[in-house]
Amino acid sequence: MQGYSRKVIDHFRNPRNVGEIKEPNGIGRVGNPLCGDVMVLYLKIEKGVIVDIRFKTFGCCAAIATSSMITELVKGKTIDEALKISNQAVTDALGGLPSIKRHCSVLGEQALRAAIRDYHKKATDGIQDDERLNKMKKNKHYKNQYAAQNKKSLNKSIKNQRDSI
Amino acid sequence: MRRIYFDYAATTPIDLEVIKTMSQYYTKTFGNPSSIHYFGRKALYGIEKSRQIISSFINAELDEIVFTSGGTESNNYALKGIIYANRNRGNHLITSAIEHHSIIEPCKYLQRQGIKVTYLKVDKYGLVDPQDVKKAITNKTVLISIMYANNEIGVIQPIKEIGRIARDKGVYFHTDAVQSFGHLPTAVDELNVDLLSASSHKLYGPKGVGMLYIRKGMRIMSFMHGGDQENGRRASTYNVPGIVGFGKAVELARDKMGDERRKLTSLRDKLIDGILNNIEQTRLNGHPFTRLPNNVNVSVGSVEGEALVLNLDMEGIACSTGSACTSSSLEPSHVLLALGLSPELAHGSLRFTLGRYTKDEEIDYTLDVLRRIVNKLRSMSPLYKGRG
Repeated sequence: MQGYSRKVIDHFRNPRNVGEIKEPNGIGRVGNPLCGDVMVLYLKIEKGVIVDIRFKTFGCCAAIATSSMITELVKGKTIDEALKISNQAVTDALGGLPSIKRHCSVLGEQALRAAIRDYHKKATDGIQDDERLNKMKKNKHYKNQYAAQNKKSLNKSIKNQRDSI
Repeated sequence: MRRIYFDYAATTPIDLEVIKTMSQYYTKTFGNPSSIHYFGRKALYGIEKSRQIISSFINAELDEIVFTSGGTESNNYALKGIIYANRNRGNHLITSAIEHHSIIEPCKYLQRQGIKVTYLKVDKYGLVDPQDVKKAITNKTVLISIMYANNEIGVIQPIKEIGRIARDKGVYFHTDAVQSFGHLPTAVDELNVDLLSASSHKLYGPKGVGMLYIRKGMRIMSFMHGGDQENGRRASTYNVPGIVGFGKAVELARDKMGDERRKLTSLRDKLIDGILNNIEQTRLNGHPFTRLPNNVNVSVGSVEGEALVLNLDMEGIACSTGSACTSSSLEPSHVLLALGLSPELAHGSLRFTLGRYTKDEEIDYTLDVLRRIVNKLRSMSPLYKGRG
């Protein structure tokens, strides 16, 4: 167990919140079997609060521990609060990771963001009014999610969401 | 906690008889073999006895053995030593895609020095085709280096045939025999090799000592410049206890090899069959028969190797994996990829290597634990889709 903290081993041995949610309103799938890790995160969001979260992960000890930890950190939080959780925060909560395993901590953060993005896309809940949309637009973390897309498509996707409500 | 060791290919414990033989060379017979006095002569006697055991084990002459610090040094010496000493003859080296890092990395280094290197492909079992070797030889080829048996998947290469081709074409032939030495017959004249690397700690000898067999008449550079140890080929004060221990370990291996091979082969096949028959979506990597008697390498679908290894470790079972996650490169084992395995299966590989102290009941226990762990990890794997 070279370089793994007690916390990492604990979460690896007894991962929290493993499994799927029957009717999730957000799913995030990230990673690639080529790189040796794949994570799927399921969210149940009610009134902007993450009431349930589950995960399935194919990956090494660090990937599994990171997945487990992020579900603990996120459960019960609002979307905005959840989006503020960085991969560093996950690593810190685990008592650190060996340097060659740092990349694993990104998996959790990416999955969470992807799941929240999916949730917004589905727009089944959460986006209630313009105020919230504007807030979302300004939210640094949310913007990062759309780094790959240009501003135009961001605006378009938000407009689409608005229209669909 | 009960601990089971299934990583004999990584290293082996020293045999107690070896320790016993070595211990006096730390205290009583501590002299420097290069000294002319009594203490030096006594130590030199230990070295030469060891040389005698090893050379007769491989059917070589005494001065064809050069003691080194281990397998990595022997491999480095063979490649660099031959290439540098024969630059006027050519600039081409042939090896395989599944060599140990201590061959691959020196090859890459030599490439940066302007040497051309051909990495031969292997078939789905990991075997090199001697005909491919033949085709790859050019008039610039100086050296062929193909391992005797692979450290990860245990496949045994057709060394004899490759050696014959090399000899016909007048090309030097080196084999990295680190994994097979002391486990498979290793007569250099039968194998048609010109150079052969071996390491002591893979056969119940001490770490930090190995040897390179160099056929007489080879043009090869000195590896370490300094004193005149090993005829000036490898300067440095002799690691006397190490070399003595290596000799003793070879002596024991020579006597036990036949029985051990039979015993290990049956345990190996029991473990392989147990895994393939009791755990779905598993496959054997390497050749079913042409493999080291102690090597089991399987891929387990939909789970990652490091997670398997650590879970097994928590249950007291020590083995290894070719998954990327144990290295900084993030790429799974080059050996498994060369077999044509998908990266997912390469990431899910497990290697069990058995040895002198492996017991039958340990195989049963391992099969039991492994099945449980695979189920646990699959239950949390998004890639797993059970049958039916």
